Amino acid sequence: MSETAKRNFADRFLLPVATFCLFVGGWEATVRLIDISKIVLPPPSAIALAFWNGLLAGDFSWHLAVTLYEILAGFLVGAISGLLLGFLVALVPLAERIFYPYIVAFQTVPKVAIAPIIVIWFGYGVTSKIVITATIAFFPLLANTIMGLRAAPRDQIEMLVSYTASRWQVFRMVRLNQALPYIFVGLDVAIVLSVIGAIVGEFVGAKAGLGYLILQKNFNFDMAGTFAILIILSAIGVGLHALVSLAHRRVVFWMDTAGERVTGA
Amino acid sequence: MPARSDPEPLTTLSRVVPLVAAPATATSTGPRAAAAGKTHESLLRIKGLEKTYATKDGQAIHALHDVSLDIGEAEFISIVGPSGCGKTTLLKILAGILDRSTGEITMRGKSLSGPSRELGVVFQTPVLLPWRTVLQNVLVPVEVQRRERKRFEARAHALLAMVGLNGFEGKYPGELSGGMQQRVGICRALVHDPSFLLMDEPFGALDAMTRESMNEELQRIWAESGKTVLLVTHSIPEAVYLADRVVVMTPRPGRIVDVIPVDLPRPRRLAMHNTPDFGRFVSRIRAHFNSSGTLDA
Repeated sequence: MSETAKRNFADRFLLPVATFCLFVGGWEATVRLIDISKIVLPPPSAIALAFWNGLLAGDFSWHLAVTLYEILAGFLVGAISGLLLGFLVALVPLAERIFYPYIVAFQTVPKVAIAPIIVIWFGYGVTSKIVITATIAFFPLLANTIMGLRAAPRDQIEMLVSYTASRWQVFRMVRLNQALPYIFVGLDVAIVLSVIGAIVGEFVGAKAGLGYLILQKNFNFDMAGTFAILIILSAIGVGLHALVSLAHRRVVFWMDTAGERVTGA
Repeated sequence: MPARSDPEPLTTLSRVVPLVAAPATATSTGPRAAAAGKTHESLLRIKGLEKTYATKDGQAIHALHDVSLDIGEAEFISIVGPSGCGKTTLLKILAGILDRSTGEITMRGKSLSGPSRELGVVFQTPVLLPWRTVLQNVLVPVEVQRRERKRFEARAHALLAMVGLNGFEGKYPGELSGGMQQRVGICRALVHDPSFLLMDEPFGALDAMTRESMNEELQRIWAESGKTVLLVTHSIPEAVYLADRVVVMTPRPGRIVDVIPVDLPRPRRLAMHNTPDFGRFVSRIRAHFNSSGTLDA
């Protein structure tokens, strides 16, 4: 290995692993030495054991499937409607005048706060969770699509116009492409928020799902079990984020630095 | 095209796709006639052009004042002037990107308003679309104007070969140097075979060496194609080297103060820059800016 390769390996792999070991080791030692109650803070070893037992017993799989379904369905519904309304508002001036004030007003409402209402409207099943998740995933797409469709540089538009391009041609050949990086940032924010949306929905009232499982374990003072589910939830978040990032890099291949765009949740 | 004795070597392009627009220009006029100072058949006529626009704080800017100019078929016109003299504004109005306040523009006798299929525009920056390959970028006007793609694709290949970019058709703009990108921009302006080429400081961002070879190349393209060129530039030597006539503009408000016919023989060689004749043209133009105290060329 060359010097730089060694340093890269150390930076990208050894450093995070060492930090992780130090953190987990310190946690385990602190809990044992100070003798903190397992109900307050379980040691990592207990969490790992709970995780392993849960996997063996097959406790997680059903709840995991339910929550994943809620996340993905809600994300799709929210993202697609955000995208469509974004196009409408950015391209049809009348639609902007009609919808924009409401969009701005509704955007400031904490979507989590309306979760109880949605559960009353749509019941304790998966539908209410999908609606809550969709509501949360909707706004990042809406905001980024509107901004992206307005982001086309003037010189590119003028270039096309000078060659007698129509409005539609300018849209298809420049605006749409320039909006893509923004739309992907919106997708990235939306997918992470979708995990939150599904869990919050399950907290408010549910019959299955990882959020429901967390509440159940909490009632039984099974803190190690709660932490084990948190690990699964972070893995879901990281995995989905990675998938969106991969698609981002593939589609917006012409930009070196992806992700330097506005968010706007 | 008149049988003029063109001393420049024919490129592959001329053999593959004739760059010359056929019978429309088959008159006794041509670049050679221009150099001899004969009258051109008028292609574009600008009369009493005015442009005033408002800045954000409501101030009125008088960008162009009483600009009148007659541009002949196959003529090469350079416009020089300091920053803010309205030369880019004039070019944008001709390209149909900007509206004029008052005045008349006619092309072959017909009133010109808005963009025209007969124009090819080269901008200060290459303005390539980064998600399109070099070839797809060159074909943008063909696509926009719904021309027969197959025929023009061969032409695009020939143009790229002419500017030394064969083999780069499938590359993306991000993989090209600035000079190469600008050459792609020039190919794009020529691909739909327009009769009139508008160029807005196309070589401003290039280094001196690249710029000189691009000047030579532009002269050759112009001589071979019989196109009319309007070149906006900061550089007085560049203007003199290329033009049949140099139009001198000064700012506040932007207006034409002098039109200087350049009767240096063609084809012009780079070495001509050092001749006394060339120097006389340069100093005559420079005198305008010294007197107005806004020399920046």
